[in-house]
Amino acid sequence: MIYPGSTVLLEVRDLHATVNGIEILKGIDLTVRSGEVHAIMGTNGSGKSTFAKVLAGHSAYQVTGGSVAFEGKNLFDLKPEERARAGVFLAFQYPIEIPGVANSHFLRLAYNTVQAQRGRDELDPLEFEDFVRDKMKLLEMNPDFLDRGVNEGFSGGEKKRNEILQMALLEPRLAILDETDSGLDIDALRIVTNGVNRLSNKDNAIILVTHYQRMLNYIVPDFVHVMQSGRIIKTGGKELALDLEAHGYDWVGAGRPATADV
Amino acid sequence: MSAVLQNLVNQPYKHGFVTDIESDVAPKGLNEDIIRLISTKKNEPEWLLEFRLNAYRQWLTMKEPKWPNVKYPKIDFQAISYYAAPKPKKKLGSMDEVDPELLRTFEKLGVPMHERAALAGVAVDVIFDSVSVATTYKEKLAEVGIIFCSISEAVHSYPHLIRQYLGTVVPVGDNYYAALNSAVFTDGTFCFLPKGVKCPMDLSTYFRINTEESGQFERTLIIAEEGASVSYLEGCTAPKFDTNQLHAAVVELVALDNADIKYSTVQNWYAGDENGLGGIYNFVTKRGLAKGVNSRISWTQVETGSAITWKYPSCILQGDNSVGEFYSVAVTNHYQQADTGTKMVHIGKNTRSTIVSKGISAGHSNNSYRGLVRIAPTAAGARNYSQCDSMLIGDKCSANTFPYIQVRNQGAKVEHEASTSKIGEDQLFYFAQRGIGNEEAVSMIINGFCKDVFQQLPMEFAVEATKLLGFKLEGSVG
Repeated sequence: MIYPGSTVLLEVRDLHATVNGIEILKGIDLTVRSGEVHAIMGTNGSGKSTFAKVLAGHSAYQVTGGSVAFEGKNLFDLKPEERARAGVFLAFQYPIEIPGVANSHFLRLAYNTVQAQRGRDELDPLEFEDFVRDKMKLLEMNPDFLDRGVNEGFSGGEKKRNEILQMALLEPRLAILDETDSGLDIDALRIVTNGVNRLSNKDNAIILVTHYQRMLNYIVPDFVHVMQSGRIIKTGGKELALDLEAHGYDWVGAGRPATADV
Repeated sequence: MSAVLQNLVNQPYKHGFVTDIESDVAPKGLNEDIIRLISTKKNEPEWLLEFRLNAYRQWLTMKEPKWPNVKYPKIDFQAISYYAAPKPKKKLGSMDEVDPELLRTFEKLGVPMHERAALAGVAVDVIFDSVSVATTYKEKLAEVGIIFCSISEAVHSYPHLIRQYLGTVVPVGDNYYAALNSAVFTDGTFCFLPKGVKCPMDLSTYFRINTEESGQFERTLIIAEEGASVSYLEGCTAPKFDTNQLHAAVVELVALDNADIKYSTVQNWYAGDENGLGGIYNFVTKRGLAKGVNSRISWTQVETGSAITWKYPSCILQGDNSVGEFYSVAVTNHYQQADTGTKMVHIGKNTRSTIVSKGISAGHSNNSYRGLVRIAPTAAGARNYSQCDSMLIGDKCSANTFPYIQVRNQGAKVEHEASTSKIGEDQLFYFAQRGIGNEEAVSMIINGFCKDVFQQLPMEFAVEATKLLGFKLEGSVG
């Protein structure tokens, strides 16, 4: 939701990034204020996921130009774990499996790390157990999840719920949801998006990266951005997503130079 | 214990100092005169000299094993000094009489042993180079009839026991390095638990190699009589030298009816530098004889050090219903090489064995599991379960598994499982994205991987082993 006078959380200016020497992001500009929900839409290969990973600090991507300020500070001065502790959260498109590491242990360590950063009390295993079970109800998760390896043998839907559970635990200032809707059936989509909505408030912001409009039926964006060839080529309100759904991505791209180098 | 081990292992290798004690070092080389010199220095009985000479003569006819999956320059056995002892000024009656320089060494190691032993409730028999300096808690153990002393002392005080058991589990001609050890061993630990005695505390020995280029040939013998039980901990550290040091120990365990011996090792010897220069060659023969019915021998090892590890703690399951266990974590980094595993030889009826091996390779290292499960025709109802998992960190290391299974009894049940996995950049990124740094992430993944083995360690050892692994693998990822 747009709140008058809310503070700027994220300021992206002319961001360029490469992977294996190939430029994927070619000048992104984006301003996100607290309380807002932004949707970034676009076709495969348009650079949406790259943008998400660059913000989180994945080492495979090199930033070659531009700037990103998070709460007024240069995001690129921070290592990935420092960004996470500062409140940048990425819900992964394909959460990786970590066999042998109990989910409960992992969640607690992540939670306590971030709590410590915020100068808050850490929880011991028993306290954490109660705390996390409460959060799991939000996502209608079976408590068995806690005893299993991190994402180990989870179905696609279970992995996505586990991502949102982590978002609920870590209470990020900025949550980037990278195609969280992909691979979810209707029920799971409802549960996951309902969870996200309940976590959204005036002090945080959400960036949804998605192909499809359908998630936006559940999480209503304040802004919709269309990405193509590493740039945001159009920005509008939530109705833009419906137009895209009706006319396809070519409709936005029509009349623009295919890929002009800046 | 916890703080001690932490100092010993959970830091960059800081034990790279040589204590300046006037060593009584034998001239380099090996021949019958040297063996007689060792025997004389140690004031040994004639039968032990014969034991040594017999071993030496067998050794001369043997060849170094070539089958391990390790590479190293040929060892010049004539360039090694086979005896080194700190010169005692007089017979030591208490810790106060110990050479202050020696005590300072313990301080440097973070091992104030007089306090440590009391604090941790662990009796420690400290081996300094090859001669035992002091033994603590001996009297307390003696109250319940447990003998815990250096093997040299045992040779004099309990000759009948040594004569009865020495070389019965690992015969002098068993293998090249066991023969060498039998010929030149200088000291080690002896532990005897009489019938029905459960040892009231974990027993522990710290080994330390001190004299440059002196081989270290320890000899350990643990006997548990009927119904006795003991948990023995072995931890190691050595100074940092560029010249390779040979270590060829022999450990023999004997468990009689209903006896239980648990032997745990955390091994952190100098592994050489990042370029593979220096480090200990660790060629060890460890074997337990589960001689009596319902006896149990359990090996747990966490191998993190040494340039080369060649080690197969084994169980001979002779008694009916006897149990053998082997839990191992072997970590190699940089240019370390490890060829380690176990042998489970089932002879008695309904004998059971469990093998859980976790190999972790990083850097340019090479880590092999080699294990033998042999079911003799007599071993009706024998069962074995083996699990061998390898984890690779980076793409320049290697892991191998060489399981040998020989079943000669149709009623036996043998299971073998193996897996290989890899710590990937994307796993580490996932942790980082949740605020968890690389080192902590690696430590968590490794702990998850090694969980089944660490559970077998005495608690304080487990905590320190966890930290040790984290340190050993520091900088190997990301």
